[in-house]
Amino acid sequence: MSLATAAEGAAPQENWLDKIGAGHVILAVALLLYPLVASDFFLTQIAGYSMIFGVLSLSLMLLAGYGGMLSLAQITVAGIAAYAVAILGSNNSNVLGFGWPWWIVVPFAVAAAAVSSALIGWISVRTEGIYTLMITLAIATATFYFAQQNYAIFNGHSGYAGIHAPVFWSINWRDPKPFYYLCLGLAMLSYAAVLYGSRSTFGMTLQAIRDNPRRMRALGYHVTAHKVFAWFLAGILAGLAGVLLVWFNGRVSPGTIGVDVAIDILIIAVIGGLRHPIGPFVGAIVVILMQTFAIDIVGAERFNTLIGLVFLVIVFVSPDGILGLWGRIKPHLAQESLRAGP
Amino acid sequence: MTENLAANRLQSTSAYALELDGVARHFGALVALSGIDMRIAAGERRAVLGSNGAGKTTLFNAVTGDFLPTAGRIRFFGEDITDLPPHERIRRGLRRTYQISQLFKGLSVLDSIFLACRGVSRRRFSLLRPPAADVNMVQARSILEAVHLEAYRNALVATLSHGQQRQLEIALALAGAPRFILFDEPAAGLSPTERRDLVAILNALPKHIGFIIIEHDLDVALRVANYVSMMHNGHLFKEGTPQEIEADPEVQQIYLGGKHG
Repeated sequence: MSLATAAEGAAPQENWLDKIGAGHVILAVALLLYPLVASDFFLTQIAGYSMIFGVLSLSLMLLAGYGGMLSLAQITVAGIAAYAVAILGSNNSNVLGFGWPWWIVVPFAVAAAAVSSALIGWISVRTEGIYTLMITLAIATATFYFAQQNYAIFNGHSGYAGIHAPVFWSINWRDPKPFYYLCLGLAMLSYAAVLYGSRSTFGMTLQAIRDNPRRMRALGYHVTAHKVFAWFLAGILAGLAGVLLVWFNGRVSPGTIGVDVAIDILIIAVIGGLRHPIGPFVGAIVVILMQTFAIDIVGAERFNTLIGLVFLVIVFVSPDGILGLWGRIKPHLAQESLRAGP
Repeated sequence: MTENLAANRLQSTSAYALELDGVARHFGALVALSGIDMRIAAGERRAVLGSNGAGKTTLFNAVTGDFLPTAGRIRFFGEDITDLPPHERIRRGLRRTYQISQLFKGLSVLDSIFLACRGVSRRRFSLLRPPAADVNMVQARSILEAVHLEAYRNALVATLSHGQQRQLEIALALAGAPRFILFDEPAAGLSPTERRDLVAILNALPKHIGFIIIEHDLDVALRVANYVSMMHNGHLFKEGTPQEIEADPEVQQIYLGGKHG
């Protein structure tokens, strides 16, 4: 009797591990233990920052990888959430700042980002490929200049400063370790949600629309509505990343949502790979490491050249980014181990 | 007579599945369709024959809404659908297949058919994964059997052979509860064996489902249709039973002449 229950108990557990995958478990444990060995600088400036930009690029991967829609407006959407946090919460710029508590500010900021994203999507889904890229670039640029020149809402080129991450459960969530776990929590949740969602009904409809929108119409689908909903979901991810970004920086200004940042996000997504939601995180770590340390290697004058060269090499060697590179190396490694085995 | 009445009540509005009144389509100066009038009864199976460029596929595109007609009205079971977008026409029971397969190369065979079933059902935006017992998944598996693709249920569409892709084309059109189907050259590129299977699948469709089939292979077309329309240069120029059309000297000139000459 007790044996039978033990077997019954073991079966779903095995199933559970199979479902999640050993690789995911190892990665999660390593990331949870990382603060034991990492310095504060590596916790926030490298790991935390990479995870924020990973989630931001994940929102692009969702649109581009599953939906075939390229966007340069993801940082704009994140910026809307960041500005909303500054305006609805507290700042020390003596402009607006309603002083609402964080637990009201965050849902409002994310909702504002998601709705703006859906609006941007609704404008751009009538176009395809490079034209979508151009329209979203135009929106990103227009928002940047509007924020720079508007003082009533955006406080012009100086933007907002003195924005603080919340303090609750007697923890200051901007301290290195809490902030790292905050970023890790968001990154893991976003990653799991996108991975799960890719096999959901909506996820399948999005990939089918990417492959053949005409056929999807002939199967009874309102293709535009599905695309706009994808933008809405991507807006939630970008908005959450925007909230963490403004808590990380403590400030938001037009520079936060500049075209250079928009291009960084595209580079992160392409370097990492658009085939799998892990790609944006891999790309984010590589790009953030380069942006941080290239100055030490080649000096302040040339560090962008180095980043550009690495980008060119990766795209030249593997158009699918680092993920594609791994996909090509993995079978060789498996063969080597087989050969070594007997 | 009583059967007709019952069918009428079932379809509620009209004995005709499809009515075309003066449907025309111009591409600039090119007249692809000029004033087509056509009435097809519910459950009728009509073959449309004609040379390349006769306007057959343009006719299908006008009916499904892929391209809107420049003039004329289209009624589907009595309802005017001329101004409806394609997905609204599909949800009313219209289906089509394409001459060149229009499939989802990154999806599995089963998922493709599942999407076809879900497209005319509820929860199209669901963020949950469909369980194996989902009603649309069950439907998809039974369609998979009907078109003999069970062995390839988890294969990516991109890895299927041409013949299998043609079978999947038909599977997508059978999803949900079709009332009328447009088949655009379903036999294109199929082997003789696959053609026999196709004829069997078409003849095994429930009697209430009518269809139009565009087909160059008369062995297929005349075996599944009970009425035939001939098209040329955007016009309908002849109609008749398969026997009449087969015996027609003009048709023999166009279609059979080459074979015997």
